[in-house]
Amino acid sequence: MLVIKNLHANIEGKEILKGIDLEIKAGEVHAIMGPNGSGKSTLANVLAGNEGFEVTAGEIIFEGKNLLDLDPEDRAREGVFLAFQYPVEIPGVSNATFLKTAINEVRKYHNLPELTPKEFLSLMKEKSKILGMEDSLINRSVNVGFSGGEKKRNEIFQLLMLNPKLALLDETDSGLDIDALKIVSNGVNIFKAKDKAVLVVTHYQRLLNYIQPDFVHVLYKGKIIKSGGKELALELEDKGYDWIKPELVETETA
Amino acid sequence: MNKTSEFQNIKEWYLKNFKSFEEKLNGDSKTFLHDLRKGAINQLAETDFPSTKEEEWKFTNISPILKQNFIPAVSLGKKNYSLSKEEIKKYLFSGFDYYLMTFINGIFTEGLSDLSGLPKGVTVNSLSSLLKKNPEYINGKISKYVKAENAFNLLNRAYSTDGAVIIVNDGVALEKPIQILYLTGDNENPVLSVPHNMIIAGKNSQVSVLGVFASSDGKTHFTNSLTEVFADESAIVDLYKIQNENDHSYHYEKVEAYQLKKSIFNHYNFAFGAEIVRNDINSTLDDENIETHYYGLYLANGKRLVDNHTFVDHAKPNCMSNELYKGILDDDARGVFNGKIIVRKDAQKTNAYQQNKTVLLSNRAKVNTKPQLEIFADDVKCTHGATVGHLDDAAYYYIRTRGIPSELANSMLIRAFANDVVEVVKIEPLREQLNHLIFEHLHRVEIENK
Repeated sequence: MLVIKNLHANIEGKEILKGIDLEIKAGEVHAIMGPNGSGKSTLANVLAGNEGFEVTAGEIIFEGKNLLDLDPEDRAREGVFLAFQYPVEIPGVSNATFLKTAINEVRKYHNLPELTPKEFLSLMKEKSKILGMEDSLINRSVNVGFSGGEKKRNEIFQLLMLNPKLALLDETDSGLDIDALKIVSNGVNIFKAKDKAVLVVTHYQRLLNYIQPDFVHVLYKGKIIKSGGKELALELEDKGYDWIKPELVETETA
Repeated sequence: MNKTSEFQNIKEWYLKNFKSFEEKLNGDSKTFLHDLRKGAINQLAETDFPSTKEEEWKFTNISPILKQNFIPAVSLGKKNYSLSKEEIKKYLFSGFDYYLMTFINGIFTEGLSDLSGLPKGVTVNSLSSLLKKNPEYINGKISKYVKAENAFNLLNRAYSTDGAVIIVNDGVALEKPIQILYLTGDNENPVLSVPHNMIIAGKNSQVSVLGVFASSDGKTHFTNSLTEVFADESAIVDLYKIQNENDHSYHYEKVEAYQLKKSIFNHYNFAFGAEIVRNDINSTLDDENIETHYYGLYLANGKRLVDNHTFVDHAKPNCMSNELYKGILDDDARGVFNGKIIVRKDAQKTNAYQQNKTVLLSNRAKVNTKPQLEIFADDVKCTHGATVGHLDDAAYYYIRTRGIPSELANSMLIRAFANDVVEVVKIEPLREQLNHLIFEHLHRVEIENK
């Protein structure tokens, strides 16, 4: 589904990603872990098309298309979704208006008819129920007056509503208490399917107890320095990141 | 032709035409108001129209207004514009119950008004009919608190024959708002509309007035309005202004509010249309525990200019004023905001807040914003802030990652920016209609909450 080759990216002239190689197949859940400042969020944002980052080398192929040629909206329409670490408030624009616009824009792109108001409403009800959100939310402005946890929950709600192919979760667990974490993880697990993929970006192993990854990658100073199965996450939780760093030195000198 | 002589010329035009205007007044020329008119025209003879050399008009070049020979509606002598109630509906705001007054070119048009069912204790008249019925009532009240008159104010007073006069007796709360349509335009002549309005709210009374300024066609005209508000003890006055005139017209209004103890005056100012707009909005808080709220949303595109000058005069202690003005400027548009607050020596424990935020949708649009705080008391809380910027990049990116194209994302952000002014509008059905006008005037794709 997604192939990343030798990806380099800068922000304000400073190189953050220094050659990422990663392949994600349909049906897989990958986790990117790493200490603060390692480039995890940058990777998620470069995939989503954040224009604040400059890609200086490499390529991103998603379902056979070069993502780097596409604007953020077209990436979304192709099926990439980023659950933000810091979701944005949009006062005056209701969740219903926002999501209806988004869903219908995606449908238009795929030559599908717009959802009828009734279809939209029942979809909204079905998905909000999964996340334990109240009906009144539909008419509230996007993320306005939401707590940090509610904002994260709303991101996963949007994920379920838009139902993309690839979900990028950027620190979705930060600021969540254990109950909210379970609800959010349950949402992601409902999204998971044979033809979908998930990339979880997280600092902590905690989320991975609920969203079980098939692969775990350690990102350090802009490079993936170690990959493994889900047991790698537990090892990292246990030992921290320091024990891997020497390996990096070895690979660099090798 | 240099600027000064040009100014003199247009003034000559207004001075010269006063004679023929008087002749058309018939009986009205014998009233006390006409003496005031003559006083105003004499003062106008001594007063120049403001130029950019004056601090208060530094960024607002009004010379286009002075190049046209606008003709007062009375001088045009046209009575019948043969408009039907059905035809004026498109200018009105709907979805709620209201009383209606319609002014065509500043002249009250009874056939297009509906004041039926007004409760006891509320009198709504046109100034011209009140002059006939009860001149004593307004003699001494009219223009009493209008300060610092410029040439526009004098022009209004010299030529004004009509306007809305709303009187709410002590203890009366008017539930439905009064919608006032000021429809201006003449297919042959550039017309001058000069309504002079008064809202007189008695003790413990409550009234909501919605002034709608619109153009009947696409031709130029000049609306020069004067609105006086008197809020007695514990009165609550909501005054909405929706300025929706065509982009070739000119608009000036002075609002002069005078407030007594515990009164609340809320002014909601939506400036959508006209080539040059200038609002002078003044409140005098001449007693204790008064509240004044100014909300403004101004937008301009093309080469249009919108200028809001507000002035809150805190004369007595324990009052509060709060002001939020937001602007959206596109293309080569210009915005001016000047927020003056005086806290006089006696006005201890004053709370005064002011905020002006402008978003520029193009790199050529410009705004000049200036807070002007003059504080003479020592125990006060006054804050002000001004920001000028572009639409929020982070939010723009967020919206697009949901598959929403750039154009719609920008419209969402415009709606979001305007929201905190739109959402304070108490007449709820108005809000979505105001949102609609934002996009209509900016020629941008609309975001509608359904």
